[in-house]
Amino acid sequence: MKQTKFLLAGMFFGLLIIKSEALSWFRIQEMFRFQSIHMFGIFGTAILVGSISVYAIKSLQLKTIEGELITLKKKPLKPRAQIFGGLLFGFGWVLTGLCIAPVYALIGTGYAASFLILFGALAGVFVYGWSKNKLPH
Amino acid sequence: MSFIIEPWPWYVVGPLMGATIPLLLFSGNKMLGASSSLQHLCALLPNRIDYFQYDIKKGFWNLLFAAGVILGAALTYHFFYQVESVNIADSTKEDLLALGIQNLEGLMPEEIFSNQSLWSVKGLFFSLVGGFMLGFGVRYAGGCTSGHGFMGLSQMSLSSTIAVISFFVGGTLFTHFVLPFIL
Repeated sequence: MKQTKFLLAGMFFGLLIIKSEALSWFRIQEMFRFQSIHMFGIFGTAILVGSISVYAIKSLQLKTIEGELITLKKKPLKPRAQIFGGLLFGFGWVLTGLCIAPVYALIGTGYAASFLILFGALAGVFVYGWSKNKLPH
Repeated sequence: MSFIIEPWPWYVVGPLMGATIPLLLFSGNKMLGASSSLQHLCALLPNRIDYFQYDIKKGFWNLLFAAGVILGAALTYHFFYQVESVNIADSTKEDLLALGIQNLEGLMPEEIFSNQSLWSVKGLFFSLVGGFMLGFGVRYAGGCTSGHGFMGLSQMSLSSTIAVISFFVGGTLFTHFVLPFIL
């Protein structure tokens, strides 16, 4: 199947989430208390590699393995949504100790809490979709 | 051979995480992100909400990516990760002990997330309400730590910069001013 490569890319990312312990509630506490370089070092080096790749892909007009030109879109600027949504996401990140990819990774470890957290997150997305037009964006 | 079962330092795992960005771009012009998969899962439920009316086939790759994360994490956790407790800083251990978190073993605190504690008021608040905030907030902000944090910041996007600053302001304030009262 042509899309299997995305499953494999996800497996690679899942491996890295475990090996980095980015799915640990304890690691996230350490991060929000600014008591170790661990998580910040991960973000810094990942963004460094990402930036260099994006710069090279854009300036050399590189193509995908299927020969299609790679086009990058930026997410639309909606300052109020990014601030209000971002703050709420930060609260949830502290409570659960997880951001989104780590929720999936925690399901893989078998912790029962991961299913409740995923259920809560899906309910949150559903209610956001339902109330979207009434929220400031 | 300890790297096989031990966690990896940030300077090894960080660049590899960053490499996921070109990996996805080269394999099919896809931008790294995890949270749109939650929107696609909601879109599978029959409903009439505008936000969930679109051709879900376009998002299928992200559902496969999420399934891959579950699978990759499961294999790694069960075969290549043997750790009693996460090696966090001593100062964090002291802070958490002072807040009443006695058991620092495993990936998350037993007092809140173990199978016994999960159904207590505290356990439900941290998991269900926390999960709700995570899901609502992430789609409102338009992306998560992967989409805004890794992908967006690598593109020097203004919207992602605002979002990531908000993630950290929210998390830091909540950790210092709310968490002590609910633990």
